[in-house]
Amino acid sequence: MRRYAPVVLLAAAVIAAQLILSFLKLEFLLTQLTMSAYYTLVALGLCLLMGYAGQVSLGHAGFFAIGGYTTAVLSTAGAAALSFAPWLSLPAAVAATAVVALVIGVPVLRLRGHYLAMATLAFGFIVSRVILATAVFGQADGISDVPGIRLFAGLVLSGKRTLRVQNYYIAWALVTLGLLFAVNLIGSRVGRALRAIHGNEEAAAAMGIDVGRFKLAVFVLSAVYAGVGGACLVHFNAGIGPGEAGVMKSVRYLALVAAGGMGSPWGTVAVSAGLTFLSLRGAFGLYDDAVFGALLVGIMLFAPEGLFGLVARGRRT
Amino acid sequence: MTGALLEVRDLHHWFGGLHVIDDVSFTCRPGIVKGIIGPNGAGKTTLFNLVAGSFPPVSGRISFDGRVLTGLPPHLVAACGISRTFQATRLFPRMTVLENVMVGMHARARHGFLAGLAGPLFTRSEEARVREACTRVLDHLGIAQLAGRGAGDLPFGRQRVVELARALAAQPKLLLLDEPACGLNPRETEEMSALIDSIRARGTTVLVVEHDMSLVMGICDEVLVLSYGRMIAEGTPREIQGNAEVVSVYLGADDA
Repeated sequence: MRRYAPVVLLAAAVIAAQLILSFLKLEFLLTQLTMSAYYTLVALGLCLLMGYAGQVSLGHAGFFAIGGYTTAVLSTAGAAALSFAPWLSLPAAVAATAVVALVIGVPVLRLRGHYLAMATLAFGFIVSRVILATAVFGQADGISDVPGIRLFAGLVLSGKRTLRVQNYYIAWALVTLGLLFAVNLIGSRVGRALRAIHGNEEAAAAMGIDVGRFKLAVFVLSAVYAGVGGACLVHFNAGIGPGEAGVMKSVRYLALVAAGGMGSPWGTVAVSAGLTFLSLRGAFGLYDDAVFGALLVGIMLFAPEGLFGLVARGRRT
Repeated sequence: MTGALLEVRDLHHWFGGLHVIDDVSFTCRPGIVKGIIGPNGAGKTTLFNLVAGSFPPVSGRISFDGRVLTGLPPHLVAACGISRTFQATRLFPRMTVLENVMVGMHARARHGFLAGLAGPLFTRSEEARVREACTRVLDHLGIAQLAGRGAGDLPFGRQRVVELARALAAQPKLLLLDEPACGLNPRETEEMSALIDSIRARGTTVLVVEHDMSLVMGICDEVLVLSYGRMIAEGTPREIQGNAEVVSVYLGADDA
């Protein structure tokens, strides 16, 4: 059961970070750590799609935004319709993301390599422009005053300061669960099939793998990760803006997966948690997007096995 | 012919204006090794790809084990019990030898995305069964010691054997081997012949495309000769060697 070590380690790190920050009276930092958890979910989903199945997506910010905007609209303008159970906007948001991924995935996943990258990039553009043009999505202003959502057992998905610690745990519990699912999947027959598709599609098909169906399924799964991240973050931030759907966001997710080592879910989580946190703290200032762009270029050129691969290589020589 | 495992009828295929398979009909009885030979460009690999479902033929009919295969995509052909290797080996380079072979058993296992996500509780027993069966295949082919090695790191001759193991893991009724001796040295070719012999002995039917005459003549029960997409002869290796047209078209012209 050695492959579950990263999951246990993550859970331990999550608890340790909270205890240490609370003890040092630095609890305000939990806010950015919570946000970084939701972005990390997107990167984790992309890691399954890119690192394992070998399918590039430059449109994951689009899925994040679909999840976020769906629950935002349902909790504000459409709140009356769901007044009997406001939490339903979360599953609705995830379902919307999955349906869009399914509809987009069928034609787009026939493409390979650069063509797939371009098609998903175009999808991201479309989502972003539709948001900017549509009144119900608030156009350039986005949607604000999104209320928190009462979950169960007294848990509330919200950015209220008094709920900071529990929201930190909600967010990172989702990431831990996401990592657990990813590790499960990778170690199963499905994970083998995805890696086989990555290695050689013709050979995979000759072994009885329905390549098209598996690609579509992992594409939808990956979009669901992004949709969950988007939907939850909206309630934590009490709003969402069109920037979340921007192409630079998609590039950022790609850079995080690449820096994490492409096929490494725990590497992706570690890199994404760290860098996204720094970015949210404003550590990169106005160069924020440039840092992630440079990271992607640098990784591709100098460390195709990711940051941890670089460390391991350094230790060997 | 009744009792045929594979039956190909009036098969035609064109690539652009090129008539690469021109009215080919043959059958393959269960339990034999059948060879397909012919000079370069004779359409051997195309014929193979048509049987494997890589693309549908322009016309004609392929049936297998009582089912019509024509037009089925490769993964459904595989599910019917046809497994194959490739001319240039196509292993999954970043997976271990055992993992490669376990992919070969894909169609023999069941669990999908939901069970996969939910974890070992739902997949463990099946995974153990797959792992055990695949280890047996590696044993049978004498490469059990390579199980944990990265497939991409192996020398070419070993990769060939791993690809054979992967195809066998599917427990196929019909095994398609595309030039299994291509790129192998004489000793490795001999080992490959012995392996194919042992596969037949275990009851698997084999259809093999091959250039290497020693391999074809040594292990095939029947041989079919293609030239420019047409069948010019079919028979036992002895009959083929004595066939004047074959000698002029293939053996004589090609120096093999």
